[in-house]
Amino acid sequence: MSLSFEAMSLTLRGRKILSEISGRFQPGKVTVILGANGAGKSSLLSCLVGLREPQGGSVTLDDRPLLSLENRERGRLIGLLPQRPDIHWNVDVKTIVGLGRLPHAGRWGMSATDHEAVAKAMIATDCTGLADRQAMRLSGGEQGRVLLARVLAGEPQWLLADEPLASLDPAHQFDVLDRLKNYAKSGNGVIVVLHDLTQAARIADNIMVLKEGSILAAGPREEVMTAEVMGQAYGVEVQITTSSTGEPLVVPVRRL
Amino acid sequence: MKAIRLNGLLAIALVAGMLLSLAAGKVWVAPSTWWSDDLSGLIIMELRIPRTILGAAIGAGLGTAGAAMQGYLRNPLADPGVFGVSSSAALGAVTSLYFGFAMTPWLLPVFALIGAGIGMGLLALLAGRSGSLILFTLAGVIIASLAGSLTSLMISLAPTPFATTEIVTWLMGALTDRSWDDVKLAVPLIVIGMVFLMATGRSLDALTLGEDAARSMGVNVLRLQWLAVIGVGLTVGASVAAAGIIGFVGLIVPHLVRPFADHRPSAVMLPSALAGALLIVVADSMVRILPSVSELRLGIAMALLGAPFFMVLLFKMHRELA
Repeated sequence: MSLSFEAMSLTLRGRKILSEISGRFQPGKVTVILGANGAGKSSLLSCLVGLREPQGGSVTLDDRPLLSLENRERGRLIGLLPQRPDIHWNVDVKTIVGLGRLPHAGRWGMSATDHEAVAKAMIATDCTGLADRQAMRLSGGEQGRVLLARVLAGEPQWLLADEPLASLDPAHQFDVLDRLKNYAKSGNGVIVVLHDLTQAARIADNIMVLKEGSILAAGPREEVMTAEVMGQAYGVEVQITTSSTGEPLVVPVRRL
Repeated sequence: MKAIRLNGLLAIALVAGMLLSLAAGKVWVAPSTWWSDDLSGLIIMELRIPRTILGAAIGAGLGTAGAAMQGYLRNPLADPGVFGVSSSAALGAVTSLYFGFAMTPWLLPVFALIGAGIGMGLLALLAGRSGSLILFTLAGVIIASLAGSLTSLMISLAPTPFATTEIVTWLMGALTDRSWDDVKLAVPLIVIGMVFLMATGRSLDALTLGEDAARSMGVNVLRLQWLAVIGVGLTVGASVAAAGIIGFVGLIVPHLVRPFADHRPSAVMLPSALAGALLIVVADSMVRILPSVSELRLGIAMALLGAPFFMVLLFKMHRELA
């Protein structure tokens, strides 16, 4: 099981977003994608999910070109948690989470397996108590959990999350990241775009750093999460220390 | 189970409404004489039955089209009438009247279908993908006013006063004196359109989570767009061709059934069809029963009913957003 991309280029409206980048993600690990605004993180994710077709190069999933996969099969293998929480109709939480089974469900509704997966996802995200609430009326933190449950319900081998911490308070940030970490521990690949360097250092097994559409660095966390790489990526001076309880602290201190 | 109960209740109400529609009118026809060979039987066979079937089909088509458009555009205010699809269909139909093609009966529906398809296609092109309420509303308003002014142009340039009258009365929308020919022409097209729209159900559900999430779950947005354009084009085009513009059905009906159908776009579709059919059949019976010198046009009646409803809806949304 592997997800990789080879010499991938993406140009949008005449602007080069990604220039011939290559990389590989490992299952069972959390890979955090870092980089300044406009470095191409979200574009890379959308190419990996198949939402965008790169002009050059290719994405390969288990030795098969991603674009050769049928839409629903791709949907079963790769799950995406988009950046913006987007809920349109006044549907209840269990319906929202059930939507995650769409790539699996047969023509006539959900099977027992589907219901089981939904229940499991809701337990994993602590949403069971919200099942009958209307998703639109939940708080931002609760919505974040529900939408994560939606992706987990699809049981994808690869879970891609685009800035899942945006608008979450610290406690809910820990909740979401721990759930992603657990999902990776059970053998699935997790790829997360983050902006918070401390959270990135805490959760990442591997880190991939983008700068202006190219890969600046990629590898195990200890090798990539250095003051030097972060300085180059963001143009800020970064201090990396350890908290009194042994957690990594990555703090930007000034602009370079 | 909830869905079965809702649809069952609506289906029973629809049957009752259709029976009322058979009996009701300037001449009341008692059920006992429905199958007789005299005038009563003739009224039923040649006037009331086709009119009732046509009304039910048009209501069902417009209800489904409204539900599908609201789901596709993720916009509770979407409706084929409010946003120019009906006026585009009418423009197509009026074009055929203007050129005197009305002699060839199948040309008017064809023109109406093309008009509706172009209107819906433009709407999808201008605003469908962005999902932006403002952009969408503007696009709809522009399409509606463009089609409206071109229609006015046709009327003012009409070659004979007869053509003018023909166009104007036809535009007002009615089911008066519709025959089996209209049924044979419109109903199959509406049914095919509804099949297209019903096929969008699951994709519309996925769109509840936004376009990126929907696509990541395997929804083919292009296919969805075509299903919606063809489905709305067929249902609305055929409805307008058979009965002129009957507005607001597609707006009102999905709103009324949504709270009883879990709010899920796919679950709203069938109840909207049934309730739309019920609404038109009952409204058309009322129009016939109301004591007035000439029959009130159904299109006008629906607008009188629908416009205030639309305003209440806007007020409600305004309050929720405030």
